[in-house]
Amino acid sequence: MEFLLIIISAIFVNNILLSQFLGICPFLGVSNKLSTAVGMSGAVCFVITLATVVTYLLNQYLLVPFGLTFLQTILFILVIAALVQMVEIVLKKISPSLYQALGIFLPLITTNCAVLGVAITVVTKEFSFGGEPAMFNLGEATVYAAATSIGYGLAMCLFAGLREHLALNSIPKPFKGLPIALITAGIMAMAFLGFSGIV
Amino acid sequence: MLKEGLKMSSRLHQLTKGFVKDNPTFSLVLGMCPTLATTTSAINGLEMGLATMFVLILSNMVISLLAPAVPDKVRIPVYIVVIATFVTVLQLAMQAFVPDVYETLGLFIPLIVVNCIVLGRAEAFANKNSLVDSALDGIGIGLGFTMSLTVIGIIREILGSGSVFGWKFIPGDGVLAFVMAPGAFIVLGYLMVIFNKYLAKK
Repeated sequence: MEFLLIIISAIFVNNILLSQFLGICPFLGVSNKLSTAVGMSGAVCFVITLATVVTYLLNQYLLVPFGLTFLQTILFILVIAALVQMVEIVLKKISPSLYQALGIFLPLITTNCAVLGVAITVVTKEFSFGGEPAMFNLGEATVYAAATSIGYGLAMCLFAGLREHLALNSIPKPFKGLPIALITAGIMAMAFLGFSGIV
Repeated sequence: MLKEGLKMSSRLHQLTKGFVKDNPTFSLVLGMCPTLATTTSAINGLEMGLATMFVLILSNMVISLLAPAVPDKVRIPVYIVVIATFVTVLQLAMQAFVPDVYETLGLFIPLIVVNCIVLGRAEAFANKNSLVDSALDGIGIGLGFTMSLTVIGIIREILGSGSVFGWKFIPGDGVLAFVMAPGAFIVLGYLMVIFNKYLAKK
């Protein structure tokens, strides 16, 4: 039951893109076409979940015992950069087809603030789902990371679908490109506000 | 004499280019996450802008000094470590001196590490210019970013709660949506329209 609450909350209520504003740059950058949006979401899903598990373990067993938590920012960004690099190499080796699909998006993910954002959130913030506020354990952190990245993918793909249609309409010149995309995202965020209060 | 004059005018240009020509928010469209997330009020936008400017100036200066010594292949990781160091300095300083500001801005202070503006300036400007020019570039771009964030913050605060910098001049509740997530996207969208129409003329 608790996992279900975490999942619904992370996907709909506190959607990472539309209510927490993490990872907006790729959201606006690669959402012109549905197919690229799907590829990007897949890569982000994979990296966020993996990075969160690794940084959670490092924080728990390396930084906390030695009282080095002030190094979180530096360590996490280095781990994420190294991890993205490693995923790229491994993927190229064992699954060339998946690498073909995700390949070009992987280097972009290091500077996607959603990855660092989720990694920092799970080790610093206390959550309460029906009980006392408490830090996540490893299982909850993993579920939270996976659900958050599914929420990212959901918002991204919906938005890409909208933008494909927008491209076919005649839009006043100053609105062309990003401004109309931002206003559309605003209306979508308003729709997602309707989910608040579920959890 | 002419050379001196040229140098002065180019330095002045470094300081002012962030406002319109190289404005990080409206013209370069970088650093969207803090722009949208922290501009719920004018003061929050201003504080976020100043925090980013602090990191931008210092990382620009250090990177301009380091650049000749760093091999080309590992430059990005080196820049990221330099930036992350200054972000940690900023985090600790803010926790010590302005804990309530740190509390409000929250996650977006450590996330300055992945702000494309900072890495972008390191890569596009600081690694091939002198210390002084890089510092001025940091100040100029930082001021531009701070200004955009404050303007968005002022507009959202007026529409959302009828006040500016906490000074309430419109009675009533205001439109709550502008303080929440949708308002951020919509206000930024319309500001960009205005920018495109009137300021970005070639």
